[in-house]
Amino acid sequence: MMDFITGPLFALSLLIFVGGLGLRVILYIRGLDAKLERVAYNFHFSRSIPGALVSIGKWLIPGGTAGWRKQPVAAAAFFLLHVGAIFVPLFVLGHTVLLEDLTGISLPSLPGELADVLTIATLCGLVLLVARRLTSPALRQLNSCQDWLVLAVTILPFFTGLMASFDTASYDTWCILHVLSGELFLILAPFTKLSHIALYFMSRAQLGMDYAIKRGGATRGGAFPW
Amino acid sequence: MSEVLCSPTPVTTKEGIHALLKDKGGEEYYRQMKNLWVDQVALGRDLERTCKSRTRTWLSICAHCAMCADSCFFYKANDNDPKQIPSYKIQSTLGEMIRKSGRVDTEFMINAMNVAWGQCTCCNRCGVYCPHGIDTGVMFSYLRGLLFKHGFVPWELKIGSGMHRVYGAQMDVTEEDWVETCEWMVEENQDEWPDLEIPVDKENADVMYILNAREVKHYPEDIAKAAILFHVTGTNWTVPSKGWENTSLTMFAGDWEGCAQNVKRVYAAVDRLKPKMVVGTECGHAHRATVVEGPYWAGRDSGEPPVPFLHYVEWVAMCLRTGKLKIDPAKKIKVPCTLQDSCNYVRNHGLGKITREIMSYIAEDFREMDPNGDHNFCCGGGGGLNGIGRYRNERNVALKHKLEQIKATGAELVISPCHNCWDAIRDMVEVYEEHNLKWTFLKPLLVDMMIIPDHIRHNEI
Ligand code: SF4
Ligand code: SF4
Repeated sequence: MMDFITGPLFALSLLIFVGGLGLRVILYIRGLDAKLERVAYNFHFSRSIPGALVSIGKWLIPGGTAGWRKQPVAAAAFFLLHVGAIFVPLFVLGHTVLLEDLTGISLPSLPGELADVLTIATLCGLVLLVARRLTSPALRQLNSCQDWLVLAVTILPFFTGLMASFDTASYDTWCILHVLSGELFLILAPFTKLSHIALYFMSRAQLGMDYAIKRGGATRGGAFPW
Repeated sequence: MSEVLCSPTPVTTKEGIHALLKDKGGEEYYRQMKNLWVDQVALGRDLERTCKSRTRTWLSICAHCAMCADSCFFYKANDNDPKQIPSYKIQSTLGEMIRKSGRVDTEFMINAMNVAWGQCTCCNRCGVYCPHGIDTGVMFSYLRGLLFKHGFVPWELKIGSGMHRVYGAQMDVTEEDWVETCEWMVEENQDEWPDLEIPVDKENADVMYILNAREVKHYPEDIAKAAILFHVTGTNWTVPSKGWENTSLTMFAGDWEGCAQNVKRVYAAVDRLKPKMVVGTECGHAHRATVVEGPYWAGRDSGEPPVPFLHYVEWVAMCLRTGKLKIDPAKKIKVPCTLQDSCNYVRNHGLGKITREIMSYIAEDFREMDPNGDHNFCCGGGGGLNGIGRYRNERNVALKHKLEQIKATGAELVISPCHNCWDAIRDMVEVYEEHNLKWTFLKPLLVDMMIIPDHIRHNEI
């Protein structure tokens, strides 16, 4: 069982994840249309590239934009979630071993305690986001099934992973659940809002370029002050 | 009335405009709209052809996080009504239309129209507050285009688009009316400014001036003031007899074909007269339509106009900076004043520093609104909303937000180099009876406070 889910099934999930997201990025770029969008993508590189980078980068910094500063609670929840969500899956010891076995790529791994702390932070972020979704009238207007699905699919691997490391008596069960839920995440990512893992960069780059090329890039002096 | 007033066909004749104008308030027009058939196949095809990865990605990755809610003045002015969240507004209209591949009915289209024009001014502020960079204002503008194409457009904008197509101006101002107004303004001011002129169709001038038809029809003194400022600064300038109008109700209407006709008319005047630069009047959307979006409609790949096109504030700042225009320190504005930047030239064209530079020359007690510059809120009546009777209540509620922002500065005067913002402030003063608040364009202020150089003949009147 374990061999199958950490072997072929894992390879397949990873392939769907990487291939699917890669395809979405390619389709995104191919679908850009300078005429329809009225953005001269092929001109003014000296300002469009910095514009894209600033538009991506500033939003990756806590408090880096007016948007984050205006909504500190939501921002805190997002960052709590995302720091762990990026570092834990990539660098936790079990994962790096698995990845190396499968692909030969060897990544440095996080100390176990740090991974636990990050996982707990991620789960706190997720719980905050769930609470926000349930209580805020604004969010309640927007909620859709997919929003809940995406939250559940994200919570599961973190929760089961944490349990595997604490509830050693049922280690095997938690492990199987963890691997399966992680693979579910990988498989669903390209087809749901989780695709923002890659498309966030596309969308932010596009808007940054839009502002830099057309909407004041030549007159504002510097990139848009997000 | 049996005449067809509401249909997907744009208005292209004087008779068509006349028939619509006769239908006061668009009563019959909106009655006909209730029975306007939606060509679902064509709509589906339009979506297939024009709705590409950018928009589809925006709609599909929206996290429903509501970070954009507070950024929209409609949401704030309507006591945080969840139905006014940008994401909700666009998902329930364009989003739904795409999910159904255009298979929507008349009722759906009318609701989409009400949201696209009555609940969004395309100010683009929400896009600045969305972590994913989802620009709902851009999507609403796109939706307006689809709705226009299928005949679901507010009555006033149907007329506006027709005016541009028929008269080449947003109002029924003909070439003769325009040139005569120039002559009239020169005569009117000759006693005070004996050497004043408004040179029409002069080739190779340094500046070609273009403006808003409202100025010709309702505020001709604004043209006189522009002429005086060009005269006093010793500018070698001209106005074109054709292609003099830079506004674009077609842009508000989503009439992209009409937009292209407008901007091509202006660029043709540039080709004909070969000015070194073009200066447009104090109007935000006119600047966007001619300088920011315009080059694309005119088919210019680089996205840039054929010669430098300046908004009036850029020209004023340049004159103040170079000393061509000097301000009498004794006449600077003494009362507390603030600045309403148009979304179309500030967020969407980065001119915030320029307007502040002007303030540093002319105001002693300048107070910023909070937020301001690129993050400024819409006046409350942008995107054509000021002019649409059907959404007057929505507009008046929205104005409250800007009024509170202005009042918080303690300013007694609002400087507003944009026709739309100027109108919105005029109306909020009236609706909310804030009669101590004054508002103004830049030109009258500058004419009153400039130092007239000795070599310019001037008689006190
Ligand atoms: S802030 Fe962006 S992602 Fe969040 S709800 Fe608004 S549009 Fe969607
Ligand atoms: S573009 Fe402006 S008016 Fe429209 S939804 Fe966004 S913030 Fe609101």
